Amino acid sequence: MSVELVRGQNHPLPEARLEIRVSAAKPVIAGATLNDEQGRMREAGWIAHPADPHLPGVEVSRQAAADHRLAVDLDALPEEVHRVNLLLALPTGVGGPSTFGVLDAPFVAVTQLDGTEIATYKAAGLDAESAVVALELYRRQGDWKVRAVGQGYAGGLSAMLADQGLPRAEELAATINEAVAAGMARSVAAPPPRTDEDRARREATVGGTQGVLGAGLPGDGPQGPSATASGTVPDVGSQPPGSPSPDGPSPGSQQPTGGQSPAPAEPSSDDGRISYQHPKRRAAQKTSAPAAAAAGAQAAPPGGEAAHAPVAGDANGWSMDERLYNQIWDMFEDLARTVAAYRSAVDFAESRMEAELDKVLSDPRTRVGPAADAARSEARSKQAQLVERARAALDRDLGQLMAEADVVEPALPPAYARWDNPVWHAYSAPMETPMALRLGELSLPESAGLRIPMLARLPLERGLWIDSGNSGAGGASVASSDELRRLAAETATAIAARLAAVYPPGDFTLNVIDPAGSATAALAPLLETGVLPEPPATGAAGVGKLLEKLTQRVDLVQMAVRSGATDALPPDLDTAEQLLLVHDFPYGFDDRAITQLRYLADEGPSVGVNLLMVADREDAREYGPLLSPLWRALMRITPVPDDHLADPWVGHHWTYEPPLVPRGSQVLTQVLREVAQARRTYRNEG
Amino acid sequence: MSVNLSKGQAISLQKSDGGTLSAVRMGLGWKAAPRRGLFGKRSREIDLDASAVLFADKQPVDVVFFRHLVSDDGSVKHTGDNLVGGAGQGGDDEAIMVDLQRIPVHIDQIVFTVNSFTGQTFAEVENAFCRLVDESNGQELARYTLTGGGEYTAQIMAKVHRQGDGWQMTAVGAPTNGRTFQDLMPAMVPHL
Repeated sequence: MSVELVRGQNHPLPEARLEIRVSAAKPVIAGATLNDEQGRMREAGWIAHPADPHLPGVEVSRQAAADHRLAVDLDALPEEVHRVNLLLALPTGVGGPSTFGVLDAPFVAVTQLDGTEIATYKAAGLDAESAVVALELYRRQGDWKVRAVGQGYAGGLSAMLADQGLPRAEELAATINEAVAAGMARSVAAPPPRTDEDRARREATVGGTQGVLGAGLPGDGPQGPSATASGTVPDVGSQPPGSPSPDGPSPGSQQPTGGQSPAPAEPSSDDGRISYQHPKRRAAQKTSAPAAAAAGAQAAPPGGEAAHAPVAGDANGWSMDERLYNQIWDMFEDLARTVAAYRSAVDFAESRMEAELDKVLSDPRTRVGPAADAARSEARSKQAQLVERARAALDRDLGQLMAEADVVEPALPPAYARWDNPVWHAYSAPMETPMALRLGELSLPESAGLRIPMLARLPLERGLWIDSGNSGAGGASVASSDELRRLAAETATAIAARLAAVYPPGDFTLNVIDPAGSATAALAPLLETGVLPEPPATGAAGVGKLLEKLTQRVDLVQMAVRSGATDALPPDLDTAEQLLLVHDFPYGFDDRAITQLRYLADEGPSVGVNLLMVADREDAREYGPLLSPLWRALMRITPVPDDHLADPWVGHHWTYEPPLVPRGSQVLTQVLREVAQARRTYRNEG
Repeated sequence: MSVNLSKGQAISLQKSDGGTLSAVRMGLGWKAAPRRGLFGKRSREIDLDASAVLFADKQPVDVVFFRHLVSDDGSVKHTGDNLVGGAGQGGDDEAIMVDLQRIPVHIDQIVFTVNSFTGQTFAEVENAFCRLVDESNGQELARYTLTGGGEYTAQIMAKVHRQGDGWQMTAVGAPTNGRTFQDLMPAMVPHL
């Protein structure tokens, strides 16, 4: 029977093959170190961590996850190993919580392979610590035992690794965080799973709940929505770590019902949760869609195909805003999957043909002559046939998605719409913050002109980095460096303007740093209309002052949230969402300003302060690895089309296109005038 | 009309009116282990896992199981891991939905397996079955009982494969051993 360990308590382990299950409220990094008889780490390689997850006898996950299952085989460990330490740490630079204090205590269970628990331990009492040695498995007179350790480190992963006796702990910690963040930073944030619970929860905490910050690879880790707000919103996807369910949640189980509910999760096709993709999706949900259809701005086009005619807002949701948001995510997923099917079929056709051609070549009797020619041409025609069928399936799906996009795009509200959508000409300041903002468009080479709006949840979960550099941007070589910088500045203005326009008056404040004044032209519409009330901060002094102000705001709000005294904030504090737009980084930044900026990137998003950096990483290379966490914390977008964003399902490389205003269009200025006007009215009334 | 399948029996996946099926569901159900005494947590729970492996020309291309719930192309979906089982009254505890029309063109066989993740053999599991349901109307097409499966921890249940323009299901019912589908890959090969 299972023993609930308290700190320091130990318990014998009956078997050599074990599983360690970890449940935490938020994704954590799991690692393991090995020690010899003297408690020393004899070799630098005696550690398993996400960047190097395998050791003989121990294996950890490559990703940060709220649930881990670590396989341990004590017999497979090197002879001289006498202790295995289980380490947990919060990933940094990905916008999650920074200490265990704000989370429910992590729960660890050592189980047999059949899931029977041997010992469990709840690492309670952590506060400012962001890393903890949770357990140790150790050898005593030939037998293995487990002990609850619960040693936390306020200095985080690197402090813990140093304490474990690793020589270059700092570097290693950086490598680990890099490996963990790499998966997250490249992902487009996954849509929130649409369960009733989640919806109820989202409704209940409007503005507080945030979607997933980029899940890892699909299916490899739990993809529950991770709320990054203040750490106080419970993570919907993971179960309370204290629950001593003998089997624990299984990693990768994406259905909240899977882990706990003892009742059979009877699938039904019309509850919308298990939705087939197109064409089934529309057919299955047609019954629940009349309301949506009625509310939709577009009537179904006439024709015999009426049953399959796409309708805007044809997805689940409590409001049109949410239905369109979900519909766009459905389209995004459908396109990702249909292209995956196509690519997989084409790859298979190629490899089969190559195998068959090789076979013809390898047999000397058939290498030449009519038989060989026939075999070769048959292999080629088999390949061509399969590719043709795959293409036909792709075309069928693309046709349907394009028809859907044709009705969805015109029906979008400003926050989701392109600048050339007429809805922007009829713009007036909104009363409510929309669910998301269109940050650009995504497409695949196969998608034949079909572009999916890239929507980011509001409030933003992480800052944005508009890469004005030529490095790494595959498609960027077409533009000159000056042209790139100009486009980057325009992209920044377009995004800042969209944000200013979709928040209700008084809910959004824009701050701009332009130390060298190089973005004056791009910033002009913001300044002239008064949406940016003060000229951009220039010079080192201006930069310092603005950073100081925002840092102070983050500190105050954080303190107030932690102590639950939000009403005690000074009355003159601007509680609106803050966006700090930084041009020409790192020009005008000294070491102190850099530190403050990194602090804002880490701590800001949870209290409504976000960065929008326009920067060329090359310009800041003298800071070297010091700035790596900063770049990682931001989502990279480009001023020119570039294929660097991955979807959360299959990980295709999507080509991103920025939301630039069409050349010669006045829509941006018009909208900004309207925003400024609405703000004046709001202030006069308030 | 549901068919109680026996080993090796094949049925064509056609609707009673002759049309082809568009979507099917492979359901798996079993009875949760009884509680022992007052303490609910002391029952040794039974965790059966359903998996589906997608093959193209006898090569595994994709797999759908509790850690990868949707095939990359989206045509095969797992409804999620059930770790304990249900009432044993015939309802599905785990299900894999297959959208036959959307399966990539090169995939020609899908093999369904059941594993006992917690290690009990099918002799110890009560009321375990798998069944194939027409997803469009909920009608059961075929049912296959796993109980009395003897001292085995896994079964290769059935395969769905292309037959002309449509699909056919063949009950395989081959017992084997293994904890997850990976352990079963060698055992699947002879049935392709």
